[in-house]
Amino acid sequence: MNLLSRLKLRGGVHPVGRKELSAEAPICALPLPERLFISLQQHIGAPASATVSVGDKVLKGQLIAGSQGMISAPVHAATSGRVVAVGDYPAPHPSGLPVPTITIEADGDDRWLDFDPPADPMALSPEEIATRVGAAGIVGLGGAAFPSAVKLNLSRKSGVTTLIMNGGECEPYLTCDDRLMRDHPGAVIAGILLIQRAVAAPQVLVGIEDNKPEAIAAMRAAAAGTGVQIVPVPSMYPMGSEKQLIQALTGKEIPAGGRAADIGVLVHNVGTAYAVHEALAFGRPLVRRIVTVSGGAVTVPRNLEVLIGTPAQALFDFCGGYKDVPARLVMGGPMMGQEMTNPNVPVIKGTSGVLALTNQEIGRPSPAPCIRCSTCVRACPVGLLPLEMAAHIRIGDLGAAVDLGLKDCIACGSCSYVCPAHIPLVHYFNYAKGDLSAKERAKLKQEATKKLAEARNERMDRIARDRAEAARLRAVKKAAQEAAKKAAAEAKSQATEVAA
Amino acid sequence: MIAAIASLTTLGLMLGLGLGVAARKLKVEGNPLVAELESMLPGSQCGQCGYPGCTGAAQALADGNAPVTLCPPGGRDLVVQLAAKMGVEADLSGVKDTVPSIAEVREELCIGCTRCFKVCPTDAILGASKHIHSVFREACTACGKCVDACPTEAILMLPVPVTLQTWYWQRPVMGAAA
Repeated sequence: MNLLSRLKLRGGVHPVGRKELSAEAPICALPLPERLFISLQQHIGAPASATVSVGDKVLKGQLIAGSQGMISAPVHAATSGRVVAVGDYPAPHPSGLPVPTITIEADGDDRWLDFDPPADPMALSPEEIATRVGAAGIVGLGGAAFPSAVKLNLSRKSGVTTLIMNGGECEPYLTCDDRLMRDHPGAVIAGILLIQRAVAAPQVLVGIEDNKPEAIAAMRAAAAGTGVQIVPVPSMYPMGSEKQLIQALTGKEIPAGGRAADIGVLVHNVGTAYAVHEALAFGRPLVRRIVTVSGGAVTVPRNLEVLIGTPAQALFDFCGGYKDVPARLVMGGPMMGQEMTNPNVPVIKGTSGVLALTNQEIGRPSPAPCIRCSTCVRACPVGLLPLEMAAHIRIGDLGAAVDLGLKDCIACGSCSYVCPAHIPLVHYFNYAKGDLSAKERAKLKQEATKKLAEARNERMDRIARDRAEAARLRAVKKAAQEAAKKAAAEAKSQATEVAA
Repeated sequence: MIAAIASLTTLGLMLGLGLGVAARKLKVEGNPLVAELESMLPGSQCGQCGYPGCTGAAQALADGNAPVTLCPPGGRDLVVQLAAKMGVEADLSGVKDTVPSIAEVREELCIGCTRCFKVCPTDAILGASKHIHSVFREACTACGKCVDACPTEAILMLPVPVTLQTWYWQRPVMGAAA
């Protein structure tokens, strides 16, 4: 990474990394928990629909919920055991709202379903790779959890010139991708080559922040002779964001409102590549992932291989519990992660870390008035004006905020991080985006109900018309009958007269 | 003299004819504002405003006979939109900041009389005689007609339940700061 490309990057912040807490702890497997709470909404898109019911015996890797709709992902049992509940359970989400969840009681055997993996995954056709990735329930493991097969299929159709593998891991504390690249570089590279084959990308770049020299060395060794290029990128938050990483590696910027595919780029996380390798080489669906357990309140921070559905509390307990009172539990990184309202919420596919942060680490200074110092403008990696947008949102003028580019905000939180007045800028933007999409939904609903009302009015008119028509026909018929009767009676009386 | 009179007369006649044709050919059907206002209204023809359906309400608004606060199901957002369209200052003091709500049938009280679904303007109620009725949440506009029609008070207007898909961060509470 030369100076010139460094200059091209806009904004960004340098939060204290705190990766040293867990970076030297090799991945180890968490012992099997008693119960797993497997959420049916672990991905962006439609929730999966359960295919098992209470009492069913399941094996590890067995499909327990199928994907429904275009953008969705199936869910598999993470261990062997018995389904004890299919119903609502708190979601790992700041709202703490319930989400449909399948609860599995582990039988302790942890026995895999028998798979029939292909002899040579690299011999599979691109379509077949995408289909198998979809069937394995693989979603973006960087945190966004977008179904990977959908991305592969769209990119294959639109054409990809550069496949970028995201090993940035710019969030403080998190070391799961770092450890994965150090401990399993061969499997990661094998997964990258499969993804490359699935989208026929001529160029593959793996972007790794230069604060992970061991990971860069391990990946370079594994990638030798494969054509995969390992490129160190400057350590800066949010380097692990798709838009920033693309810009750092290719110099190209995604147009406002556009997608990576618009400039012929596809970005996947290195964790996703590992999952793809597992799915194609061994037939194993995505039932486990690497999770960093860290934070000032954790006794022994480490990186664990965790079954999807394990309650977060089990991870903290395995790491020696708390050495300090945790002031806040966070799922994901401290910058963009979500607060956990309940320590028993389960690990999902997109969980990169669980953090127990102390009061000192989170800091809750009260906000002061904006002095228009524009520090947030310099920090914004997208080039927006956070102070202006927040001022408009504060007075309820969301339209003005949209005009200033609210929809291009990636919610990275750099602005809030640097604000000397501690204004919760990114909170304003999240609120405004939520409010705008609620309004959008209301508008769609109004359009739909308007159509329903029109259809009903039309139907009512038609029924009234039909009734009137039927009544008229009846009247005509009756009149005809009466006329006939009259005629008959007259004929009869005439006949009697004649007879007389 | 005669040439001048003739030419001006011809000119006058031609312009008059042109205007006459234009008046017929380019005639404006009704007030275009009415159509625009109607498209903003909920369109469920619930009649809570006292006008015969949303077209009537839009007509009254355009004529200036009705305040922009006339539509109860539209809520605060609609008032703001209508006020902006009409170029008037909206008096929001009387507008209840209603949360979006929908009808729900209390099944233990429903006697299956079918009266509610007969009045529902958007066919949002499913039911049959002597069977418990149910509301399609997606189609309900919270107009409240069913509540008035129900003989056993089995229909309640409840706030739309928040789900993971619809939840979002509340506006930050900042006081006078920021």
